[in-house]
Amino acid sequence: MRVTGKNSGRYSGLRVIKEALTGHRGWKPAWRDPEPQKEYDIIIVGGGGHGLATAHYLASKFNITSVAVIEKGWIGGGNVGRNTTIIRSNYLLDGNEPFYEFSLKLWEGLEQDVNYNAMVSQRGILNLIHTDGQRDAYRRRGNAMLLNGADAELLSAEQVRAECPFLNFDNNRFPIKGGLAQRRGGTVRHDAVAWGYARSADSFGVDIIQNCEATGFRIKNGKCSGVETSKGFIGAKKVGVAVAGNSGKVMSMAGMRLPIESHVLQAFVSEGLKPIIPGVVTFGAGHFYVSQSDKGGLVFGGDIDGYNSYAQRGNLPVVEDVCEGGMALMPMIGRARLLRMWGGIMDMSMDGSPIIDKTGIEGLYFNGGWCYGGFKATPGSGWVFAHLLANDEPHQTATELRFDRFQRGYMIDEKGSGAQPNLH
Amino acid sequence: MIIHHPLLGPRDSAEFTYLGDANLIDRPDWQDKKAADKFYEYQYLRNNPAGEHQELWYHEAGDRSWLVVTRNTVTHEITKVELARDVARARGRSK
Repeated sequence: MRVTGKNSGRYSGLRVIKEALTGHRGWKPAWRDPEPQKEYDIIIVGGGGHGLATAHYLASKFNITSVAVIEKGWIGGGNVGRNTTIIRSNYLLDGNEPFYEFSLKLWEGLEQDVNYNAMVSQRGILNLIHTDGQRDAYRRRGNAMLLNGADAELLSAEQVRAECPFLNFDNNRFPIKGGLAQRRGGTVRHDAVAWGYARSADSFGVDIIQNCEATGFRIKNGKCSGVETSKGFIGAKKVGVAVAGNSGKVMSMAGMRLPIESHVLQAFVSEGLKPIIPGVVTFGAGHFYVSQSDKGGLVFGGDIDGYNSYAQRGNLPVVEDVCEGGMALMPMIGRARLLRMWGGIMDMSMDGSPIIDKTGIEGLYFNGGWCYGGFKATPGSGWVFAHLLANDEPHQTATELRFDRFQRGYMIDEKGSGAQPNLH
Repeated sequence: MIIHHPLLGPRDSAEFTYLGDANLIDRPDWQDKKAADKFYEYQYLRNNPAGEHQELWYHEAGDRSWLVVTRNTVTHEITKVELARDVARARGRSK
């Protein structure tokens, strides 16, 4: 049973005041630092957002607490700490939209669920429209969203102008003709997501084992019985792998080839500015998206670099391309200075959509292929993966997110660009 | 990244478009009994190594040649560049 915040106590406003008055001597580490046991019911490989969320939901919704999360570095040090923090559920296809809407609903209750302030801010996301054809496409997408219980709102150019007067509306090549808004979209404090899930999972008795790299799987007669790690062998009835970015590398230790390539995506933050951008804005004529953090920095990004990479850093042509997109959309950005930039490694799948499925090896389960949409999926991915691990059946929102869809010809290809990962 | 084109010398990678794993040269035989499975593997599955990787680059803004580039995916260091034509012929392809 759960003892809320067993280690660190329950967080609340009152607690903050109490601690402030007593010299902050009552705060304790938010999770334990245990040595691995010999065996668990379930081992999650990967202590990122998805792995920790999986552990949290396994314990809280499926009553499985003999769980370890093993992480090669420190938790939250991978892609959950390297993304642009956007949440949304504005997908078109039936295989995707119910899942992402499920995830967005979980974001809305996340902080109460895990008793942690993740600064979930539903400041809205706005996809800009530049041509009549694009308006038709966004109208269709908005309708698909509404049919799946999400919110969507088609805006005229005047409505967009009222909300974002700083955009370059009368650009000769890319005039802004409207937008598709999802008001429930927004941003979240990404590190706090990892920490909140970790603290909650720990309070249920889940062991979070850091600096513990998976070095192999123990597989005999097509059955996985545990994970070889840098801290020795750990046995498990089931092993779930949630290491997006490194999926190709990790699953190759189980002898699997995946419909996935690893690519680098760069992200950028400007110096801190006064509040100017109300929500998340995406450019429809190029690939550029921007929001403003609570500290004032403009957080933005664009295309992936486009070649296989595990390097967590990109090259300059894409930096130039992203900044050109920004200048075309909102010329005022040219006055801001770039503060920092970095790269994260994406699992780019063959149709641009994720995979949450069993593998051909009994007891080995896979969660990956998130392309550059993994952050928004964190709660949904965790719940759905926990569901699969607990019940051996896919969750109702993830019945299409399977390995065999490529072989059967049931791709979930939002962009329709085919088996070319760097185009998704 | 600078790609040392075998004919044109050092060129900026921005002149190229990237296709992927150089195994895409080895298109399966469509008359093979297991052609459906082989085409599935050819089209969709990747080795995706962290380390040395052979890959196809197309010199779109240049001489339109296909190259096989051997590059390290961890450091981005390029160690070898060949014309894809030569690589394909060396693997027994006639055209």
